[in-house]
Amino acid sequence: MAKGERGTATRARPATARRRVTKNAADPELVQLLTPDGERIDRVTGPDGTQYTVDFTDAEYRALYRDLVVVRKLDAEATALQRQGELGIWASLLGQEAAQVGSGRALREQDMAFPTYREHGVLYCRGIDPIMPLGLFRGVDQGGWDPNEFKFNMYTIVIGAQTLHATGYAMGITMDGKVGGDDGEAVIAYFGDGASAQGDVNEAFVWSSVFNAPIVFFCQNNQYAISEPLERQTRIPLYQRSSGFGFPGVRVDGNDVLASYAVTRTALDNARHGQGPTLIEAYTYRMGAHTTSDDPTRYRIASEVEAWQAKDPIARVRAFLEKQQIADADFFAEVDAQAKRDAVHLRERVLSMPDPQPGALFDHVYAHGSPLLDTERAQFERYLASFEEGSH
Amino acid sequence: MMAETLTLGKALNAGLRRALDSDSKVVLMGEDVGKLGGVFRITDGLQKDFGEDRVIDTPLAESGIIGTAVGLAIRGFRPICEIQFDGFVYPAYDQIVSQVAKMHYRSQGKVKLPIVIRIPFGGGIGAVEHHSESPEAYFSHTAGLKVVACSNPQDAYTMIQQAVLSDDPIIFLEPKRRYWEKAPVELEAPPGTAYPLHAARTVRPGSDATVLAYGPMVRTALDAATAAAEEGRELEVIDLRSLSPLDLAGTYESVRRTGRCVVVHEAPTNLGLGAEIAARITEECFYSLEAPVLRVGGFNTPYPAARLEEEYLPDLDRVLDAVDRAFGW
Repeated sequence: MAKGERGTATRARPATARRRVTKNAADPELVQLLTPDGERIDRVTGPDGTQYTVDFTDAEYRALYRDLVVVRKLDAEATALQRQGELGIWASLLGQEAAQVGSGRALREQDMAFPTYREHGVLYCRGIDPIMPLGLFRGVDQGGWDPNEFKFNMYTIVIGAQTLHATGYAMGITMDGKVGGDDGEAVIAYFGDGASAQGDVNEAFVWSSVFNAPIVFFCQNNQYAISEPLERQTRIPLYQRSSGFGFPGVRVDGNDVLASYAVTRTALDNARHGQGPTLIEAYTYRMGAHTTSDDPTRYRIASEVEAWQAKDPIARVRAFLEKQQIADADFFAEVDAQAKRDAVHLRERVLSMPDPQPGALFDHVYAHGSPLLDTERAQFERYLASFEEGSH
Repeated sequence: MMAETLTLGKALNAGLRRALDSDSKVVLMGEDVGKLGGVFRITDGLQKDFGEDRVIDTPLAESGIIGTAVGLAIRGFRPICEIQFDGFVYPAYDQIVSQVAKMHYRSQGKVKLPIVIRIPFGGGIGAVEHHSESPEAYFSHTAGLKVVACSNPQDAYTMIQQAVLSDDPIIFLEPKRRYWEKAPVELEAPPGTAYPLHAARTVRPGSDATVLAYGPMVRTALDAATAAAEEGRELEVIDLRSLSPLDLAGTYESVRRTGRCVVVHEAPTNLGLGAEIAARITEECFYSLEAPVLRVGGFNTPYPAARLEEEYLPDLDRVLDAVDRAFGW
C-alpha cells in the first residue's frame, strides 16, 4: 500500500464497516441481475425471500441502454455548461444512471415521484423535458414544472424534506381509496445516504409505517454526503434501518439497471396492493463531485474511484448486449449519435434561456395576493421607470 | 339569525366542524386531536363524527405533521394541522419556513398549499416552559405565509373557516388564555360573506389615542380603554387580526385623527411586530403625530417561570402607562 493511500481514518473504522465496504458482487446482501462483466443472473432471492427477476424483450433491453447513454450525455453536457459559466452550479448523476433509470422505468404512469436535486435520470424517464431542471441551476427560475402534470415533484434542496411530502401524498392515495389493486397508485421518495441521518427521513419512516402508506423509499447510497463517508451516517447497512420501523428493506446493486428495475417494480407493486412501505438501498457510487463546487480529490482516494469505475453501469449493459447479440455496432453508434444530438440541442436551448423580467420577483408569492406585496411591486415599478424618465 | 353564546374554544370547534362538513378534502391532523379532542379540547367530538381518516391522531413528530400535510395538499387535500403548544412548533419550523412558505413561489403558482397551521399561543395560563410563547414575528417575517390571530369567539368561528378556504398557507394563532371567554356567536352566516380574514377591525371607537392589539391583548386593551374612559380619555382600540399581511389603512386614518398611538403585544418588543407597525405609522402619519409611536410588550427574556408571568405580560396598567407617556410628550 502506498504511503498515505489509506490513512489512519481508515484504520479507525470499525471492523464491521471495513468488511462491508469490501464486499463484492457475490455479496448475499446485494440483489444483482447483471454482473460488472455483463453476465446475466437469471433470478435472485432477496433477504426476505422475495424472488427478483426481469423478463425483457430485446427491444426493451436496447431501450434501457439508450436511456443510460442519453442520460449520461445530457449530464455531461450540463457539467460542461457549468464549467463554461452558463450554469451557476450542477449536481451530476455520473455513476448513478442505473439506479435512476432502473427505478424511473419501474414507475407506472399513475405513480408519483419525489426527487432530490440529482434525479435528472428519473426526470428523463418521467417524460419531462431535460431543460426543466437547468433553469433552476442557471438561476432563471426555481424549477417550476407542474408536479401533478408529470407525476414528478419539484426538486427539493433541503436534505430529506421531500420524504415527508412523499409520505403525506401516499397517505392521500390511501384516503382516496386508490390502493389495493393492480391499478393502484404508489409513491417513490428519493434521497441519499446523508439524508438517512435527517430527522425528517426517520419521521417519514415512522409515519409511513404506522399509516401503512403506499410508498417506496429509494435511497441512492452513493457513499458520500459531500465529503463525509458513509461511516459518518450509519453503523449498520442502510437497508437494515427499515426493520426498526417495521417494514422490509433490501439492498440492490445500484449500478445494475436490471436489478434496480426489478427491485423497485416489486416494491411499488407491493405498495399499490396495500402492503405498505419498502426501503430500497441502491448501493452505488457518485463518480464525480457532489456538485461542481466541491473537489472530491480532497476526500477520496484514486484507487477507490477506479474500483467503482470497473462496475460502470453502462459498460456492463453494453457487454451484455454484445455477448447476447441483442445489439450491433450500428445500434451503439446510432445511440451515441442521438445522445450527442440531444446534448447539442440542450446546450443551444440553455444558451437562449432568457433572464426573467424584474417584475417576476413578485409573482406567485401568494395565491390570493397580499396588499404589502402589491405596494412593493408598484414602488419597484415606479423606481425602475424613473431611470427611463431621468435619461434625458 | 341565531346567535349562541360560546367560549372561544367552542367557537373554534364549531368552525372546524363546519369546515370538515362542507368539504370532504378537509382533514384535521395533530397530536391527541382524536379521542382526547386535543389537550385544550378544541377538536372535541370531531373524530367521533368524521372518522379517523378525517381527524387524524398523528405520531408525536411536528416536522412530520407539517411535512405530510404538504404531500396531502399536493394531492388535493386541505389539511388543518394542530401544533399542541407554541413552543413545540420549532421542530416543524424548517418544513413551515423552507417548504410550506415557498412552494407556491418556486412552482410559479402550479402548487397550491392550502394548509392551516393552528397554534395556541401566548402565556397567562401558568404553564411550564415552552408552553407560553409568542412566535408570530418569526412567521410574519417569512414571505409566502399568512399569519392571523383571533381574539374573540365570533372571529374564532369565522376566521378558522376563512383560513381553511384560503389557498395560501395560514398560520392561525389562537390566544390560549382566552379559550374560555364567552360571547355570542352568529353560527349561520356563511364564512365568505363575513368580515374579511385579512382586515383589521376597530373594536372600540375613541378620539384621544389609538391602541393597536391582537390576540390575547385585545381584551387587555379594551379593559385599559374602559379604565381610561373613567379618567376622561377616549381610546380607540383596533384589533389587527391579520399580522401578515398587516392591514394598517384604518390605523393610519385613526392615528391621523388621534395623534397618538400605542402598540401592544405579548411578544418581546425587541424586533417584534410592534417595531414594524411603529415604523410604518411613522412613515405614513409623521405630521399628525403628537408623540412617537410607543410599544408595550414582553421583555427581551425567555418566557419566565409561571410565578413571574404576571410581571412579564403587559397588563392594563402598562398600557395606560404608555398612553400617559404619549400624552406627556
